[in-house]
Amino acid sequence: MAELLFWPTLLFYGEAAVGYLGYARRAGAAGRAALLIVQAAREDGFPWGTWAGSLNLFVWFVVTVYLGVRKPYRLLGLAVMPLAAALLVVARAGGGTGVGSRSHYSNLFLVLHVGLVLAAFAGFTLAAAVSAFYIWQERRLKRREVTILRRQAPSLATLDRLASRAVAFSLPALTLGLAVGIARLLGDGERIDAVIAATLVTWLVWAAYLVLRATRGLSGRRAAYVALAGFALVIVVRLALPAAHFS
Amino acid sequence: MRLVLVGTSHHHAPVELRERVALGHDAAAELAKRLAATGGEAVCLSTCNRTELYVAAPDVDAAERAAVAALAELEPDVEPALYRLRDHAAALHLFRVAAGLDSLVPGEGEILGQVRAAHEAGTTGALLDRVFRQALHAGRKVRAQTAIGEAPASVSSAAGALAEQVFGDLDGCSILLVGAGKISEQAARSLLSRRAKIAFVANRTLDHAAGLAARFGAEPLPLDRLDEQLATTDVVVSSTSAPGYVLDAATVERALRARRGRQLLLIDLAVPRDLDPAIHDLDGCYLYDIDDLQAIVSETLVGRRGEAERAEAIVAAESEKFREWQASLDVVPAIMSLRARAEEIRESELRKAEGLLGRLDDSQRKAVEAITAQIVNKLLHLPTVRMKQAAAAADGVIYAEAVRHLFGLGEDER
Repeated sequence: MAELLFWPTLLFYGEAAVGYLGYARRAGAAGRAALLIVQAAREDGFPWGTWAGSLNLFVWFVVTVYLGVRKPYRLLGLAVMPLAAALLVVARAGGGTGVGSRSHYSNLFLVLHVGLVLAAFAGFTLAAAVSAFYIWQERRLKRREVTILRRQAPSLATLDRLASRAVAFSLPALTLGLAVGIARLLGDGERIDAVIAATLVTWLVWAAYLVLRATRGLSGRRAAYVALAGFALVIVVRLALPAAHFS
Repeated sequence: MRLVLVGTSHHHAPVELRERVALGHDAAAELAKRLAATGGEAVCLSTCNRTELYVAAPDVDAAERAAVAALAELEPDVEPALYRLRDHAAALHLFRVAAGLDSLVPGEGEILGQVRAAHEAGTTGALLDRVFRQALHAGRKVRAQTAIGEAPASVSSAAGALAEQVFGDLDGCSILLVGAGKISEQAARSLLSRRAKIAFVANRTLDHAAGLAARFGAEPLPLDRLDEQLATTDVVVSSTSAPGYVLDAATVERALRARRGRQLLLIDLAVPRDLDPAIHDLDGCYLYDIDDLQAIVSETLVGRRGEAERAEAIVAAESEKFREWQASLDVVPAIMSLRARAEEIRESELRKAEGLLGRLDDSQRKAVEAITAQIVNKLLHLPTVRMKQAAAAADGVIYAEAVRHLFGLGEDER
C-alpha cells in the first residue's frame, strides 16, 4: 500500500513543482498524508525512528505549512514544491517511505519527540523562505526597480510579521520536542550527541530571534538574516541526523 | 429597434470643446429623457473625457439627427468633432469604454462606475438595457481577468502603491506632508484613499500648513520642527519650493534610533529636491524622488498596454455575444407569427372535434389539450432554434422570409 501511494504522491509533487498547479499541490499533500497514515497503521509502528522516515515526515510538514499560508504567498511554491519532490525521492532512497523494521522507540515518544521537532523545523523552513522573500523584495525597493509595482507582492511588513509568527509557533514545539528527547536520553543514561548539541544551538538562535524582536526591535532585513542563519543550522542538523543521531 | 451612438471624446476634441458639451448627472438624465420621448430609448454618458449619446430607435437616421442636434445645441462648434456609430460598432465602442480601453490612461477603473451611473440615469428599454448590462459585465471581466488596472497610472497613485508595498494595509499609517501646495495635496489624497492618516502638515508658513491640515484633520507644524515627528511617522511626502534640502541624512539617522527598526518611506516630489539622497542609504529608509516615480509609472503604463491586448480579446468576445443576441431579434416576429399560427390551427381543430370531445370528462379533455400543445411545441422547437442560429450567422432575415412564405404567415406582419 505504501508503495502504491508513493508514486502518485511523487507525480503530483513533480507536477506542482514544474507546472505550478494548485490541485497537484493539494493532491500531493493528501497522498503524502495517506502514505504516513498507512505507515503508522502497520503493526510495525511509525517509521520515523530512522533519518529517512523523519525526512519523509518533515517534508510533509513543510508542504502542509506552506498550503496553510499559500493563498497570499503563492510565489513561495516555486521554492517549496521542487524541494519537496526532491526530498521525497531522498526519503524513499533511504527507506523512509516504506515500513521497515519496528523501531525500538515507543509511538508516543516518536510523536512527541520526532513529530514536534520536525513540525518546528517545518515552521522554521517557512520563516526562512519568507525571510528570503523579504530580502529579495527589500533589495528591489532599495534598487528602485521600475517593475516593483507591476505585480502585487506581499508587503515588507506582512512578510516580516509572517516570519515572526512562524517562529513564535515553532519555537515552543522545538522546546517541547527537545525536552522529551533529552529527558529520555538522561533516563537511559546516554550522553548528548553532536546533533543534540547542534539542535540546542539552533534553539538558541531562534530564541534570540524572538527575544531581540521583543526587546530590541529586531525586524526587517536584520531579522531576515538571523532567520536565514537559524535555518542554516536546521539544515546542518537535518544533514547530520543519519550519521550522528540514528543508530 | 436599432442602436446609434453620437459623441465626442479626448481622441477627437480638445478639453476647451469637451467642457462645453460636458453635462452633470441631472442634465445628462434630462437629455436622455428628451431624446427617448419619441418612443425610443436613450442614455447620455458624460465624463471629463467624453460626452456620448446612445439612442435606440426604429428610425435610426432620425435618431442620429436628433442626437447630433442635441449636442450642437450645447455647442455649435462640436459637430466636426462628433463620431457616429451604429449597431454592432456602437455596442463594441461602449464595451471598450466600459473596459477602460478607450480611456486616456488604459485600464483606469473610474469609467466603469461612470458607465453604470449613466445607465441608471438613462431612459432604457430592452435594447439599451441589454447593451449597457453586457458592457458593464465585460468591463468587470476585463478587470478581473487581466492586470490592466492593477498598476498605478499617476505619480501620486504610485506613491500610495509604494507605501502599500512597504507597510501593507495603510490603515493606521501616519503621514507627514512637507509643503502645503497642490502636489502635496494630490499625494495626500491618494494616501487617504488607501486609509492612511495625514497626521502632520509642515510648511515654512504656518498659516498655509494650518489651512491644509484643517482639511485633513492633521496637525500643522513649522518646518524647523520637522525632525520631532520623524520618529512616529511612516511616510514623508515632500514638495516645497525650498532651494536646498529640508531634511538631511543625519537628521533622519537620529530619528531612526527611536523607530526601533520600523521602516520609513520618503517621497520627494519637489524640484529642486527637498530630501537628501543619502537618506536612501540608511537602513530601513526608502527614498523615491519624482524621477523614480515617473519611471515606475512609465513602466506600468507599458505593462497596461500589454494587458490591453488581452482585454481587447475579452471585449470582442463579449460584444460578439451581444451581436448574436441583437441579430436574434430579427427573427423574433417571424417566430412569434409561426407560433401564433400553429396555436390558431390547434385551437381550430379542437373546436371542430367538439362533438367527439364532448363525451370526454374534464381530465380526459385536459389530457387532449396537453398532448396537442406538446405536439405543436415539439414540432416548432427545432425551427425556432435553427432560426435563432441563422440570425446569429446573419441569415436570419432570409430564414424568416422563408418561414413566412412556407407557412403563409400574415401579410400584415411584413
